[in-house]
Amino acid sequence: MSSAREAKSRSVFSRTVVVVPLTVVATFLLLTAARGITGSSGARPSVPVRELPDVKGVETATLTSAPLVPAPLNRDYATKVVVELETTEIVRRLADGVDYTFWTFGDAVPGKFIRVREGDLVEFKLTNSKTSGVPHNIDLHAVTGPGGGAAVTLTLPGGSSSFSFRALNPGLYIYHCAVSPVPMHVANGMYGLIFVEPKEGLPVVDHEFYILQSEFYAKAGKPGEPHTLDMERGIDENPTHVVFNGSVGALTGDNAPTVRVGESVRLFVGNGGPNLSSSFHVIGEVFDHVYGEGGSEITQRNVQTTMIPAGGSAIVEFRAEVPGTLVLVDHAIFRAFNKGAIGMIKVLGDEQPAVFKQLEGIGKTNH
Amino acid sequence: MRFTLPLALLLTVPAVAGAAGNPGRPGMVRLPEGSIGRMYTMVGDTTTRQRVQGFWIDRDPVTRGGFLVFVRANPQWRRSTVAGVYAQAATYLRDWRDDLDSGNARARNLPVTWVSWHAAQAFCRDRGLRLPTLAEWEYAAAADETRHDASRDPRFMQHLISLYAQRGRTAVAPRALVPNAWGIRGLHEYGWEWVDDYNSTLVSDDSRGVGGRDVDAVCASAAIGATNPTNYPAFLRAAVRAGLDGNGGMASLGFRCATS
Repeated sequence: MSSAREAKSRSVFSRTVVVVPLTVVATFLLLTAARGITGSSGARPSVPVRELPDVKGVETATLTSAPLVPAPLNRDYATKVVVELETTEIVRRLADGVDYTFWTFGDAVPGKFIRVREGDLVEFKLTNSKTSGVPHNIDLHAVTGPGGGAAVTLTLPGGSSSFSFRALNPGLYIYHCAVSPVPMHVANGMYGLIFVEPKEGLPVVDHEFYILQSEFYAKAGKPGEPHTLDMERGIDENPTHVVFNGSVGALTGDNAPTVRVGESVRLFVGNGGPNLSSSFHVIGEVFDHVYGEGGSEITQRNVQTTMIPAGGSAIVEFRAEVPGTLVLVDHAIFRAFNKGAIGMIKVLGDEQPAVFKQLEGIGKTNH
Repeated sequence: MRFTLPLALLLTVPAVAGAAGNPGRPGMVRLPEGSIGRMYTMVGDTTTRQRVQGFWIDRDPVTRGGFLVFVRANPQWRRSTVAGVYAQAATYLRDWRDDLDSGNARARNLPVTWVSWHAAQAFCRDRGLRLPTLAEWEYAAAADETRHDASRDPRFMQHLISLYAQRGRTAVAPRALVPNAWGIRGLHEYGWEWVDDYNSTLVSDDSRGVGGRDVDAVCASAAIGATNPTNYPAFLRAAVRAGLDGNGGMASLGFRCATS
């Protein structure tokens, strides 16, 4: 502080005011760094990374199977949310004539939809059915922490594990099993969605649906035995089936959700992969809003096709304007036509000729 | 399973004139010195293979009937008396009807499961044997029906993946299974088997992992540094071993014995 010796007291004062605190800060930083280097960091005060809301009460999460979504939370405070999921290994229909040995979260492919609120403290308990053959764990992309939870949830058949995490970042996230070989667990169906609702909530809509695209690499077993993963097809990224909600036809015919003309629709769309990105498109609609990559903001309006990466998501919103059948596809269109990537939403209600009207032609089809 | 395509295999195993049983060790098979592919290589490794000394190993997994004989003679290993530190009451022999009732004749011919590592080790010790090491087990299990090392054959890997993914494990007695090229039966068909050093790594001088466990073979980054990332069955086995506790057990976890 040689400045104290200078004549002009005013300038000395002002300079000292700036320099002294800077020096103190610099010294502190240096000391802190030095302590870090020498390894005696135990005495360092722990600094919270961000303000966390108080946690009030306890709730058990309501989990739903696709295409259903748990109701909006309508909470203005953070709470402790208990989530319990069981991993299982089950044989189910993948396509007509193709039974497959699925590995699941909650006996469902895709796994159960989890909805929590930004700031919630989530207590997660994973159990692995004693009828399972292999260990499983869970990596939730919403988790800030080692492996997204995978590092602490390796669970043998018949066992259980638990951990807690704070839902710091709002958005729509994939979760999946991450036990090695990870591709095998994911390819067998171990993925689902967790939505961390922004603390201010999302605008109210008439319908919310859970849609998840994924692909399968099915190899026939001996007669009478289910299909299992074809590893070479997986490595070649050449699936036998590309599907919405876990099987061919899971969202078509009688399985198609129904809405009415004039109603607003929000789709929580995930892509479990394991390999393909999705060119997600709804034939006969335009997305009014897209929350790009499943983030918490509307990033684009008036979108025809949105790209959803493997291990990623998107939230899309539209209003059903005219009656008919909306067709969900991966617009990498061979996948839709030949491998199963088709879903439907039926729109009931009166014709809206001011919006759409056939003038001349040989007939009317649904799309 | 039949493999018709001839494969050029880099076998370091000397030709064996039938690794058959020995009158001195009935029910066991002698495997000659050889090597297995390391799952990982470390800086400084000059080879991707690990030597395995010659050893004896049971042709078949230990059956419920065989374990019943042991339990009869060793009351401290009965379900109702075993110490929890050696075998968890909740899992140990949980599919037996009683201390000394391991099921009907058909069940008694199936591999014993729900056994702890300690119990398996005690059983082998009682016979003057030990559990096979991880390297020995992997060496024995790399064989398909015709070749001593089929671990680089995608079709054999695919066969194991399909086998491991099956929900219901086979309910066929070991003697009805086709032996592998060493003459050993049932290494893969029933699920998993204890090894002596189940909680170590394939590379014993490896510093990776926590608490001596091969966590790297378990997590998403498992393929980094792996010598054969397409050996999914090996990763599956590593994940199972990483989750095991010495006093635990599973429906799909049995064992067999070995000796040097």
